[in-house]
Amino acid sequence: MSGLVTGWGRTTATRADRVPVRSVDDVVAAVRAAGPDRPLLARGLGRAYGDAALCAGGTVLDVRPLAGPPVLDADGVADVAAGTSIGELLDAALPHGLFVPVSPGTRHVTVGGALAADVHGKNHHRDGSIARHLESVTVVDGTGTVRELAAGDPLLGGVLGGMGLGGVVVSARVRLLPVASASMLVRTRRTADLEETMAVLAADDAEHRYTVAWLDLLAGGRRTGRGVVTSGDHAGADTPGALAPERHDPPPRLPAVPALPLGAVRRGPATAFNTAYWHRAPRRPSRGLQSTAAFFHPLDVLPGWNGLYGPRGFVQYQVVVPDDESLRRLVAGLRADGVAVTLAVLKRFGPGSGHPLSFPSPGWTLAADLAADAALGPALDRADALVAAAGGRTYLAKDARVRPDVLQATYPGLERWRALRATLDPRGVFTSDLARRLHL
Amino acid sequence: MIDALGAPQSVLVLGGGSDIALATLRRWAGAGRLERVVLAGRPGPRRDAAADRVRGWAPDAAVEVVDFDAARPDTHAAALDPVFAGPVDVVLLAFGVLPDGPTLPDPVAAAAVVTTNFTGAVSALTVVAGHLRAAGHGRVVVLSSVAGERVRRSNYLYGASKAGLDGFATGLGEDLRGSGVEVLIVRPGFVRSSMTDGLEPAPLAVDPDDVARVVVRRTPGPGGVVWVPGTLRAVMSVLRHVPTPVFRRLPL
Repeated sequence: MSGLVTGWGRTTATRADRVPVRSVDDVVAAVRAAGPDRPLLARGLGRAYGDAALCAGGTVLDVRPLAGPPVLDADGVADVAAGTSIGELLDAALPHGLFVPVSPGTRHVTVGGALAADVHGKNHHRDGSIARHLESVTVVDGTGTVRELAAGDPLLGGVLGGMGLGGVVVSARVRLLPVASASMLVRTRRTADLEETMAVLAADDAEHRYTVAWLDLLAGGRRTGRGVVTSGDHAGADTPGALAPERHDPPPRLPAVPALPLGAVRRGPATAFNTAYWHRAPRRPSRGLQSTAAFFHPLDVLPGWNGLYGPRGFVQYQVVVPDDESLRRLVAGLRADGVAVTLAVLKRFGPGSGHPLSFPSPGWTLAADLAADAALGPALDRADALVAAAGGRTYLAKDARVRPDVLQATYPGLERWRALRATLDPRGVFTSDLARRLHL
Repeated sequence: MIDALGAPQSVLVLGGGSDIALATLRRWAGAGRLERVVLAGRPGPRRDAAADRVRGWAPDAAVEVVDFDAARPDTHAAALDPVFAGPVDVVLLAFGVLPDGPTLPDPVAAAAVVTTNFTGAVSALTVVAGHLRAAGHGRVVVLSSVAGERVRRSNYLYGASKAGLDGFATGLGEDLRGSGVEVLIVRPGFVRSSMTDGLEPAPLAVDPDDVARVVVRRTPGPGGVVWVPGTLRAVMSVLRHVPTPVFRRLPL
């Protein structure tokens, strides 16, 4: 079946043959049928924002059917197929008192995609990215060979963070986190400006497993960067009101909001939303119980929310900078350039995984949603220059527009990764529109 | 590839010396992503000068020239096929001739205008559409004209040729739906360029860079039709429906 493929940001759409795979044998056959003139790329639930899961003129493997109930062993390790979503793994594990070790901001990413992007979550400062929690990863490499890569195998560096270009992940053994309840004990605190947001996040990192700040970058003057910091931990079994793990209910499937013919998320409505959201948050720190869905995946209550940006789509600008001053300058620069950030999230990263294309590195990560507009180009290029000069970098799973030379300069491990990729994919079977655009 | 904000990395210009094409390339060069520019046109100082200017704007890009004569459709496949051995994100169709008068008394000369503006465009677009369809992505930007929207006595030979081009490009855009290739049809009014040198500018006249700005803004996202200036959309919408006896009396 041939069809248009687009990223979560719905900016560029390119055509590829879409082939569903139901077994490892299907993957092997597809890889063997592919070649440099007929490239191949695995795709999961399509949550990469830009062109990471696109392969124009080639074949896009739909790995979603490569799923099944995760197998949990007595040590809390899940053997899970690549097409299983993080949400499905969570639903299967939680009744057994186990939790996914890392969850991105949506439950709707496949395990394969999560590994290819080496995803992080609100616990990165403490637990690192998902790479840290793997016993082994099974991939089909570019020759069609099935390889089981145990933790510590150097070839994992070509796969984890490798954006699908080192091989097709078919399954993984993931170490889960024991939890005593299905509830989150969450501290919510409103902050007045960027300085306070940063200070609260830094302080809360020492006390809480999970921290993140929603940031208002549309408010002007000193209020730029005010936010709402939510810090949480898995509630104990004895926490009053906490839900026992076996009573975890998978969140209901909700109807998707329709894609709009015109973009509704623009500066005006977003300013109104941000202002209301900030004012709704408690003035004083407050504590309460939340469901895992509400805490980890708040936007999942609006399936199809990406369609609200209209047919032109949106980009998510996510970068990491190592130090406080670079973050201040980055925010001030976006503000000075009049960039309308409709939604922003700030978080502190701990140490990175060491894999050459893995995104997280110590410092601040800012993720900013922006309605796509050609006029944004120069402002984001200036922001990139600041990030690069500070020793930071852009997240490939989100990127849709960084300049190739900037990207290459900010991932010093790129040559090391290319060598690993050459071992895994000597024929050059795997490519993506992202890889073509950035000359990975 | 074309990034999410519409900045292309490789561009093929058909009619490589066009003022509008050059103004557009200058803007794309400013976006800082250009890696390959192919100027297809007749050999000569105009094409060479254009290539030099593009090299100045995009020093890191490979700027190639290809011999291409719009008026000779039988040569188009041979001239353009090799270009697609490399990446092509955007094809900008910018060639066209403006006859010296409403039509031309010499039947061969009159037909030659149509051969360039319409027949040559059909042939060239057929070649590039095949390659882009196979690539699964790309943009085709076709410089049409409001002159084709309601053909008028003062330039009906040119208008008729652009009407044909506009119609073919519209159908091509529909045909390419779902292929990853989008077709953007640009209908400028009077453009103050070398093509119109010496002519009295019509109302709502624009400069090549005004057209370029719109092309750059509309390259990302869905294709379709765009007027330059934008007010011409409403003006032409009215003019299309004006009864002929009234239209005849308008100073157009």
